[in-house]
Amino acid sequence: MLLSMQSISKSFGGVHALRDVSFQLLAGEVHALVGENGAGKSTLIKIITGAHRPDQGRIELDGQPLADLDPLSARAHGIAAIYQQPALFPDLTVAENIALASQGGKRSNWIHWNCRRREAQTLLDRIGARIDPDCEVRRLSMPQQQLVEIARTLGANARLLIMDEPTASLSQQESQHLFGLIRQLKQQSVGIIYISHRLDELPQIADRVTALRDGRIIGTRPIAEVDRDELIRMMVGRELSTVFPKQPVVTGDVALELKQLACRTAGISDVNLSVHAGEIFGLAGLMGAGRTELARVLFGITPASSGEIRVRGKSIVIRQPSDAVAAGIGYVPEDRRRHGVILEMSVAENATLAVLGRLSRGTLLNFVAERAQAQHDVRRLDVKTSSIETPVGQLSGGNQQKVALARWLATNPSVLILDEPTQGIDVGAKAEIHRLMQQLVSQGMAILMISSDLPEILGMSDRVGVMHAGALVGVLSRESATPERVLALALGPVSGNPAA
Amino acid sequence: MNTHSTNSPNSLDTPNSWQMTFLPRYSRELSVGVVWLALLLTLAVVRPDFYSSTLRDTLIEAAPLLVAAIGMTLVILTRQIDISIGSQLGVCGVAAGLLAQQHVPMPLVALAVIALGALLGAFNGALVAWLRMPSIVVTLATLWIWRELLRWLRQGKFVNGLPANFQWFGLPEQPSIGGIKPGQWAIIGVALVIFALVACLLRWYRPVRAVLAVGSDQEAARLAGIRPPRVIFATFVALGAMVGLAALLTVVQLPQVDPKVGTGLEMQVIAAVVVGGTAISGGRGTLLGTLLGVGLFATIGTSLEFLHIPTHWNQAVQGGLILLAVASDALRRKPASD
Repeated sequence: MLLSMQSISKSFGGVHALRDVSFQLLAGEVHALVGENGAGKSTLIKIITGAHRPDQGRIELDGQPLADLDPLSARAHGIAAIYQQPALFPDLTVAENIALASQGGKRSNWIHWNCRRREAQTLLDRIGARIDPDCEVRRLSMPQQQLVEIARTLGANARLLIMDEPTASLSQQESQHLFGLIRQLKQQSVGIIYISHRLDELPQIADRVTALRDGRIIGTRPIAEVDRDELIRMMVGRELSTVFPKQPVVTGDVALELKQLACRTAGISDVNLSVHAGEIFGLAGLMGAGRTELARVLFGITPASSGEIRVRGKSIVIRQPSDAVAAGIGYVPEDRRRHGVILEMSVAENATLAVLGRLSRGTLLNFVAERAQAQHDVRRLDVKTSSIETPVGQLSGGNQQKVALARWLATNPSVLILDEPTQGIDVGAKAEIHRLMQQLVSQGMAILMISSDLPEILGMSDRVGVMHAGALVGVLSRESATPERVLALALGPVSGNPAA
Repeated sequence: MNTHSTNSPNSLDTPNSWQMTFLPRYSRELSVGVVWLALLLTLAVVRPDFYSSTLRDTLIEAAPLLVAAIGMTLVILTRQIDISIGSQLGVCGVAAGLLAQQHVPMPLVALAVIALGALLGAFNGALVAWLRMPSIVVTLATLWIWRELLRWLRQGKFVNGLPANFQWFGLPEQPSIGGIKPGQWAIIGVALVIFALVACLLRWYRPVRAVLAVGSDQEAARLAGIRPPRVIFATFVALGAMVGLAALLTVVQLPQVDPKVGTGLEMQVIAAVVVGGTAISGGRGTLLGTLLGVGLFATIGTSLEFLHIPTHWNQAVQGGLILLAVASDALRRKPASD
């Protein structure tokens, strides 16, 4: 037994990320970890690498308890991780990045650059990457950075290796090369935790698989005993207990129509969809499938490179967010605390930020009108705040989200894009946001809702679009959308036997 | 010279020739070096007498600036800043004078002011690294506090009656090499030794190398097992120690110590570091760039004075250079961002 975790629990601000999780890894084993977005995989690996501390539970390595694990001591114990987002230093060269990481703790503090450059080259050769060790990392493409991250982690000579979606941006050939390497590492009795959404590749390399759902372990099975459908069932098989307030609304004309929309920088290709007034269109997909990127294209943050956007039948060109606002599009972004609201500013200032033009005479702001608008919003959305002068940072997550919504509702948009509208907020506030969405569509607004919360997608949407690798791969009606169907589409097409 | 392309058969996917990786990476050092060289050549043609004495003054004046700028480069590389160094230098300079006045041996004076500087730096560093206070605000506060403390303690009085071994470390007038006396050589030499030492550490010594990692991406550094607060604290302490040394190198040039010594030093030093190519956003920069930046600024200062151009033009030229440097960064970066 290389690693044994017992009854690990971890919560972030009242939200349980992991509950009573026990997990074992043998030396020389490749143990796959699967689960939906937010199932707790990332939290689990961050606890193993010491980036997060568990609230409860015990971790043992080789039977020895590990207490007070931090990234430095985890490294000294031979634990290394390849993160999904490469944690590289953009301003340093490839060789420098690899050299800084391979510091196992016992090595000399002096760096021999020629030696290191050779070492970097050897590591890059081992994974079959053709990358110049003297190139600065910020000049590399995403897949190249992923390869550097893999090389760097190999250089650490770990006994326990964690790979979080290592093949997400790799080509078929590079992936096969990596699998060969994983088999070699197994023979050197390295224990590997392998996270992937590409379920088809798991039988090629994994020995066992553990499914996580909502922060709990659902089960651990030998990989030979489960097939793709069984895995999907383990990942989603939850009872839809929450009651959603969604009621059918008579839909009106097409409010938003996308024709062959593409954006090369955002990796979006050929999206065709239409959303009617009075309709909630849910957009599902895995992390990195291109949902948020699509929203950013629609809102003009990364303008489209080709295709057409029509709002209420009129073809419009969106080059910057102000064009989108003028066309009647509102966007409540995913990262509420960074982009949705300005934490230091008051409720009133946040709520009226998008409509200051209307509330001003010339360039002077009409404070009476601003206050009136803010009072109106607070009442309408039932924002729980001591006053409209309270800084938004002091409100709860749910109420911050309502303020973010209020800002866009004040512009009277015909299309509202909600990116993860209820992420990280408590159940009560979640229900209120859902009721509000129902109210808005019954008034004739069209809502495009991006969500990683599958029950929310299924419970609130009139239709569900599923994205995979920057493309819209399917649209399901409310009746035909089941968790299994949505997830099967999101995981991408079943690939043929790659060895063939 | 062309060692960068030895791996070429294996490196089809990335630019790897000397022109593609070396030139963009060191373009700032090259351009600052070329500008400085051009200025020196112009002076050689227009006013050869610049080289008779003014160049010497330039080098001696630049030496303490260089020492402080080396420390400042480390701090800016971690994405922090210290604007209190002028006052730190004042405190350390006056302390050096007072100790020497009490006939403390000069080597002990040197150790004492370096330790005092490190202590002042540690105060800033602790507030920034562990209390996570913004460094610009912390050091703005200490800039005023140390300066006012000095004013209150000294009431504007110079430190006089210094022993003979204070000015130029008591080294003899002869033999002078190239018109530079032994005491002056000592000052320039100390600065160059510090430069070579820190440049080597920054390249080959892992704990110092971590400075670049922290400035490049703090979270990535943490995940790589580096402790960013420690690194940030250490850079402030190192800067303080170097400012202490710079104070000694400054005050030994005169027979008495002015309590206003070091006023405005922070801006000169930050300007030289930024023009030398160190990114104010951290992670990127070299000490060679800092050396060239200090040299260029010092030469501009003394040559304008030498040419009898009013001193306020000096600052205007320096300001223009800073804008030029930052603008070239912004233009170079533009295509990289979306």
